[in-house]
Amino acid sequence: MTTKELKIKSIEYRKKILKYILQAKAGHTGGSLSCTDILNVLYNDVMNISPANFSSPDRDRYVQSKGHSVEALFVVLADKGFFPEEELNTLCRYQSHYIGHPTRKVKGVEQNTGALGHGLPICVGTAIAAKLDNKDYRVFTLMGDGELPEGSNWEAALSAAHYKLDNLCAIVDKNSLQITAPTADVMNTDPLDEKWKAFGWAVKEVNGNDIDELRAAFKSLPFEEGKPSVIIAHTTKGKGVSFMENELKWHHGVPSEEQYEQALEELNGLLTDISD
Amino acid sequence: MAEQIIIQPGADKPNQDVFAETLQRLAETDRNIIAVTSDSRGSGKLVPFGKKFPNQIVEVGIAEQNLVGVAAGLGSCDKKVFAVSPACFLTARSLEQIKNDICYSDHPVTVVGISAGVSYGALGSTHHSLHDFAVLRAINNITIVVPADNYETEKATELAAASDKPVYLRFGKKVMPSLKTDNSDDFMFGKGRVIAEGNDVAIIANGETVYPAVQAAEVLKEQGIHATVVSMHTIKPLDTALLAALAAKCNAIITVEEHSVNGGLGEACASWLLQNGYAKPFKIMGIPDEYTVTGSQVEILNHYGISKEGIAKEVMHLISK
Repeated sequence: MTTKELKIKSIEYRKKILKYILQAKAGHTGGSLSCTDILNVLYNDVMNISPANFSSPDRDRYVQSKGHSVEALFVVLADKGFFPEEELNTLCRYQSHYIGHPTRKVKGVEQNTGALGHGLPICVGTAIAAKLDNKDYRVFTLMGDGELPEGSNWEAALSAAHYKLDNLCAIVDKNSLQITAPTADVMNTDPLDEKWKAFGWAVKEVNGNDIDELRAAFKSLPFEEGKPSVIIAHTTKGKGVSFMENELKWHHGVPSEEQYEQALEELNGLLTDISD
Repeated sequence: MAEQIIIQPGADKPNQDVFAETLQRLAETDRNIIAVTSDSRGSGKLVPFGKKFPNQIVEVGIAEQNLVGVAAGLGSCDKKVFAVSPACFLTARSLEQIKNDICYSDHPVTVVGISAGVSYGALGSTHHSLHDFAVLRAINNITIVVPADNYETEKATELAAASDKPVYLRFGKKVMPSLKTDNSDDFMFGKGRVIAEGNDVAIIANGETVYPAVQAAEVLKEQGIHATVVSMHTIKPLDTALLAALAAKCNAIITVEEHSVNGGLGEACASWLLQNGYAKPFKIMGIPDEYTVTGSQVEILNHYGISKEGIAKEVMHLISK
């Protein structure tokens, strides 16, 4: 897929994320929009995961540790053909599998998540299994910067380096905002790169809303042989919609019809600006 | 009539030793069996396992949340995982990982709580697990099994290895004598094991409390009181058919467990009995809701009447009401 095609996909994904959040009258809008490009590149350019190979033991694995950004994941999985997109019309409805966090009842989801600080330990286990079985699949987890104070992450970070899991890649969606306030004010985790390095990880920092930078970073995995890799992806919460960007209230704000129309207009405007 | 009881403490082994030996035997032919430990392979008796199968043991250090998360990740890759750690830490500190990563996500992981109950004795309440039945009973999709003797331990370990569902196994450190000479009865999860039979009272126990319950039944027999003793090794799913049968034939029911009186075996039995129309004299023996007395395991259990004499006395008191 070309960069242009991926850029178009990101915009289409963002439009759908907003559509289904509007319909459900619920969702984590800001974080879904910040990680859209990461999921786009992962599923369309990096990971060997498809409906056809999802039961294969050789598939790559993806666990979304920041489970609340599930709308982005569901939209991407629908696009990949794991289920008909119209099923997302039931998002957060009574008896729907499409709830506010990933569950394995939805095709394409590896692991039930939602409680923070769970993705990385699970992925360490999965990456160890690959090493034990001499398999080449890779393991990816998407974390929010707001969940990094969870101690379980650092237990897992230690063990990933200890076991030299260079088949493991963590991506931190560093949108720098969480539900209460800027992440640096709630609980500062900077300097983040030095923390991961001190735990034995190979680190790259990218603009996590830049398709080319993301592609280049993923292409160079593992960053160092014998070390787990982490991409600190600097992103904008609410990316793509001017009045949502970097605004705290859009953490789980739901747009009105008018705001939705305005957002669509802005996103459609971006489509015309895309270059190769 | 009751089977002859082998009253030879010391002739057998601690259940957690039998667990480790059984796991090692199973791992010989099933390379997908993986033990995960948190600096706990010594207390889990898994040192020989680790030496023999270095590629089937994963050490995570003292990090119980990671222990369970890693176990879930391995379980998601078709490994048969045994996450082994002291019950006190495993079922408290990593409870959320048990709930979400194993049970909710439905991975074939057996959570193995070792040195459970008050096995650690004088090390104090930080090291006691008197809450694990209660918290795990309230979590969907986990079978809770507390074997009483070496036979039950071996069978439970085999069944857990063959299961594709989450299981909790709980073991203590004490040498456990065999409860029956004839083990031809099939051991199944969810099916209580009748150790002794009598119509006056039913003593329902599990784990290391079954043996003193059997001894109490012997004491009671000398006084003309005939007790049925059940090893209710599986708390969930509970053997409700057996409960109904016991309630129908016995005049009183007493439960005994190395756990808080809140939320464990006793309350599981009481809840089912009451909701199904069985109102019998009933008593829950366990550790009361207080700062646990200090001392060795035996001293603590004796203090709360979980002993041959204590259980017999409680039965006498119950049936005299």
